[in-house]
Amino acid sequence: MEVCDRVTVIRKGKGIGSVNVPDTNPNHLASLMVGRDVTFTTQKNEAVPAQNVLEVRDLSVNDSRGVQAVRGLNLDVRAGEIVGICGVDGNGQTELIESITGLRKATGGTISLNGKNISGFKPRKVTESGVGHIPQDRHKHGLVLDYPIGTNMVLQTYYQKPFSKAGIMNYKEVYKKASTLIKEFDVRTPSETTLARALSGGNQQKAIIGREVDRDPDLLIAAQPTRGLDVGAIEFIHRRLIEQRDNGKAVLLLSFELDEIMNVSDRIAVIYEGQIVAVVNPKETTEQELGLLMAGSTKGAGDRV
Amino acid sequence: MSKNWTVLAVPVISVLLGLVAGAIIMLVSGNNPVAGYTALWNGAFGDSFYTGETLRQMTPYVFAGLAVAFAFRTGLFNIGVEGQLLVGWLVSVWVGLAFELPTIIHLPLAILAGAAAGAFWGFIPGFLKARLHVHEVIVTIMMNYTALHVTNYFIRDVISDGSDATDPVKETASLQSEFLQSITDFSSLHNGIYLAIIAAAIMWFMLEKTTLGYELRAVGYNQHASEYAGMSVNRNIILSMVISGAFAGVGGAMQGLGTFGNMFINSGFSGIGFDGIAVALLGGNTAIGVVLAALLFGALKVGSLNMPIESGVPNELVEIVIALIIFFVASSYMITWLLGRFKKKEAK
Repeated sequence: MEVCDRVTVIRKGKGIGSVNVPDTNPNHLASLMVGRDVTFTTQKNEAVPAQNVLEVRDLSVNDSRGVQAVRGLNLDVRAGEIVGICGVDGNGQTELIESITGLRKATGGTISLNGKNISGFKPRKVTESGVGHIPQDRHKHGLVLDYPIGTNMVLQTYYQKPFSKAGIMNYKEVYKKASTLIKEFDVRTPSETTLARALSGGNQQKAIIGREVDRDPDLLIAAQPTRGLDVGAIEFIHRRLIEQRDNGKAVLLLSFELDEIMNVSDRIAVIYEGQIVAVVNPKETTEQELGLLMAGSTKGAGDRV
Repeated sequence: MSKNWTVLAVPVISVLLGLVAGAIIMLVSGNNPVAGYTALWNGAFGDSFYTGETLRQMTPYVFAGLAVAFAFRTGLFNIGVEGQLLVGWLVSVWVGLAFELPTIIHLPLAILAGAAAGAFWGFIPGFLKARLHVHEVIVTIMMNYTALHVTNYFIRDVISDGSDATDPVKETASLQSEFLQSITDFSSLHNGIYLAIIAAAIMWFMLEKTTLGYELRAVGYNQHASEYAGMSVNRNIILSMVISGAFAGVGGAMQGLGTFGNMFINSGFSGIGFDGIAVALLGGNTAIGVVLAALLFGALKVGSLNMPIESGVPNELVEIVIALIIFFVASSYMITWLLGRFKKKEAK
């Protein structure tokens, strides 16, 4: 929009129309691209937070090089709210999420879920305790790309009934489950047996979200859930996150998109050098204030809420 | 559907191309390719004796191929099948010599001992890879040599008294089958062929139908996602090498309890473990593919012995054909590309 004079919108291989940039706005363009109205400011009701689901206390975690990345971090996420983590990349976000989900060992502090200490749990036990995780890198962590999309739908639950019994897989049940999820989450794929690799990024992500949400976890961790996706998919994913919240689940959202953080979160936790330096209400803050907090300045900003 | 067709087309076309290239070489070197290949066919399937020999030769190839294919399907490259086969051979013969037991216990015990020995030989590189990230190719290659010399030492100085070969295993531990011998005109075919087919079915079932196979293949494709999903990557790497080694070990037991009935000092590798890599590759790393590829390899190896006798074509020619088949399979990219071109032209 800044560089061009005119914009042509293409949808499903057809030219939908051309508009002059001065005569249009992002909302209008997005609705042309998707074929219906798209809202960037996500519609949602006021959050009704209840008890703490996730409690992180004095957490310290080292990164892969052995350098301390999370230093005595404290964070609460309550049932029925979305907490957005906002910060410049490399301030300990990845390590924080990896330690909650059991992929990385913490060097100190505690993580509790529903009052139960889950620090040091292996990923499987964390999942079984009621955590869903939409990983940052859907290709690296989220999917086995050379497996059919259908079998990817049971990546964490394959060993449970009805998908297997006494160590023998029941692929009929697996594909039955997959086809309901594919329908429910609008994953566009020729069939359940199509390799995950062959799907578009948006559909891969919808499949992951379907899988994670379907387990109905008490805490859903969504790390950059909309990275690299088209506007239609982004809107869909935001709606799903809010739906989880409205069902009384806790949602932890990590994103580097300030717009996303501002629109979707009920509270924003600003992370800087491995600590939460401020928790702000998105309705009362501005991008400028967030920007300052992310850069480590606490002056005139960040009353705790 | 069309994808399945390509999967089958590549090995079949490779074999045909290999045979055509072999025919050209025979022509150039002044031999008659028709006579050569007729002799090859007669030497492999010409009468029941030769068919028996082919099936006997095929048996260890199936096991070696399954071992390589199993590891490959789970993301590991097991070059150590040769070594695992040798230790399996040794230990099964040892058990076959050392105990006095009824057949129903003795024979399974000897085979399982071979499997355990191969599994142990596979465990070491698996463990080193899982714990210390040592590449399994390096370790398995080195362990082939270790196996060769360790087994030679045991044969000479532990099991026998400075002799070049062990005594034949007790009859209760032997795979020899009078029935199979009688229907194949007294070839050396033994009961191992049944076990080879069963082993292929086991590998298929394990990989395609069990949660273990789901995990092993997931780890082979994507370790990060497997860890995220709560699987133990290290455990699966070790397990994969152990199972692969067990297949190879039983392959060795087939030699020790069936084909030869004993073990002798090997001055070099038997080559079966290395041919197993080719068998797995030609068989597309699937159970049924390995069985078919092993049959082809067995037929080529056994049939080639008849070539100099019947047609004067040197049997080394078959080695060239085998090498070319592998070459064409490895360059399957070229074949799929050609097939694609062909289809496009048809469409026009």
